[in-house]
Amino acid sequence: MNNRYYGKLIFELSKPGRVGYSLPYNHCDTHHLAEIPEQLKRKQAAKLPEVDELTVVRHYTNMSNNNFGVDTGFYPLGSCTMKYNPKINEEICNLPEFTSLHPLQPDCTIQGALEVYYNVQKSLAEIAGLSEFTLNPFAGAHGELTGLMTMRTYHMKRGDLKRTKVIVPDSAHGTNPASAAVCGLEVVEVKSTPEGTIDVDDLKPLLDDTIAGIMMTNPNTLGIFEKEIPEIAKLVHACGGLLYYDGANLNPLLGKCRPGDMGFDIMHINLHKTFSTPHGGGGPGSGPIGVRAGLEEYLPNPRVRKTNEGKFMVDFDKNSLGSISGFLGNFAVVLRAYAYILTLGKENVKMVGPLATLNANYVKESLKSHYLLPIEGICKHEFVFDGLIDKSTDVTTLDVAKRLLDYGFHAPTIYFPMLFHQALMIEPTENESKETLDEFIAIMKKIAEEAISDPDNVKSAPHNTPVRRLDDTLAAKHPIVTYAEMLNDTPSDEA
Amino acid sequence: MSKVIEGLFYAESHEFVKVEGDSAFIGITDYAQNQLGNVVYVDLPEVGDEIAAGEEFGAVESVKAASDLISPISGTIEAINETLEDKPESINKDAFASWIIQVKLSDKSELSNLMDAAAYTKFIEE
Repeated sequence: MNNRYYGKLIFELSKPGRVGYSLPYNHCDTHHLAEIPEQLKRKQAAKLPEVDELTVVRHYTNMSNNNFGVDTGFYPLGSCTMKYNPKINEEICNLPEFTSLHPLQPDCTIQGALEVYYNVQKSLAEIAGLSEFTLNPFAGAHGELTGLMTMRTYHMKRGDLKRTKVIVPDSAHGTNPASAAVCGLEVVEVKSTPEGTIDVDDLKPLLDDTIAGIMMTNPNTLGIFEKEIPEIAKLVHACGGLLYYDGANLNPLLGKCRPGDMGFDIMHINLHKTFSTPHGGGGPGSGPIGVRAGLEEYLPNPRVRKTNEGKFMVDFDKNSLGSISGFLGNFAVVLRAYAYILTLGKENVKMVGPLATLNANYVKESLKSHYLLPIEGICKHEFVFDGLIDKSTDVTTLDVAKRLLDYGFHAPTIYFPMLFHQALMIEPTENESKETLDEFIAIMKKIAEEAISDPDNVKSAPHNTPVRRLDDTLAAKHPIVTYAEMLNDTPSDEA
Repeated sequence: MSKVIEGLFYAESHEFVKVEGDSAFIGITDYAQNQLGNVVYVDLPEVGDEIAAGEEFGAVESVKAASDLISPISGTIEAINETLEDKPESINKDAFASWIIQVKLSDKSELSNLMDAAAYTKFIEE
């Protein structure tokens, strides 16, 4: 690994006057610069790095070589579905017929793009068992917010203004209560049973005419299917509330089981998880939401519709909750998802869930001799250990995660869900071969053994990575995010 | 092994109550700071706020998680520990010395709903 160009910031490679271009002499007048208002003129140089092209290329190439992604190794980050992004998706979304479109073009000139958009809406509705989808939200949490706004709009348009509370299970993704709060709703927590599913007896007394709805993930964040869902749906609907499905864990159900059939009214799908579009730092994401029949008119504007003549148009609904995005969301992400849906086809979509489930159960059963499995039984696409079984040397989940990096694996999700103190959440996805899984299992066992034989080495891991263990406390308390801060040099211009 | 101090009252949500006369100091236990890991921020309430037993009065943020602070008793906040604004890590150094709020107790009988040191020790072992 070449750290010469990575160990420094691009600013530190800067040499005064060095450039990567050569421009001809400027023969034009610059007197019109005088017309720029004084307060808009820069008072001091921008202090941009001055580097030649080769230095720039080496700096960023070496930096990217230190990156870890699904393309470089196994990435079992629980609840994130870091599945492989097939390269055909990139090829399709990079076609110039799509990349050169402008969002302000008239409908009649972008019929192909609108058709893709419309078809994805329809495909997702079919997969989810719901009536209609919008692809406008930019991310999962944005979808959650939009979904809750749809729920609120539904209650308010009926003149039912008392419903200000949303029920969220204690195992929920942190974004659920956050989205509810941003939407102006009060969060009420419902407890889990020792088996890790929603406690229906704890739910019942919460249900009254102030409940706007419930947010659920199924399978939940422990990777366990909420078998009581028909009963929960009946109870929530009986009190006048709606059921929201957090699509983060949709992967194991793809083509097998539909949220709409379970009784959910509104849901979001993370295209960047379930539908193999880039994820994490490689985003951007996309969080389409779908609704059951009767709620379509509240979806955000603009909508994409098909006319009776078979043309596609951008439309606006008067009962819509409003607009939550510029134009029609992240179109390039939608294109990738469309390529994924079509390459799999109806027959193969059904294989995603079973393979993801098989892989997760294989890893779980292979490792429960070394790691504490708090909830026995068959999981879906992911599962949670509560740290090592043998905790006598005080090696924590964080230490195990850091040590994994030394062996070339991305760490699983740690300390979530918060139902267990040493949570370590593994989601292998359907893409991994048995050989990769076996290699991961062997390393996890090896780390468990190292935790006893050489605990200090595990506690001080990682040792082989470009940077050693980071001081996360210092990073949380005193984040330095700009070069200026690093130099302790505050910009003189407030603007 | 987490420290538990005799003579204090303990809540299931891992706050301690140290009674002095008519008022009480409330903070989080050594066990709680151990589970949370390095504390990076404490969200403090205002002096004069009324709080009720079982109600949230602030939050502790660590590198692992953000947790609500639940008041084990009711009363009026007389003082807040302002040193936690700059030095939240003092909770990790000595949780029982780093009280978060001081409360004028409105109902001393509520203390009987809380655990003593022996009961809390047993509670965290489970």
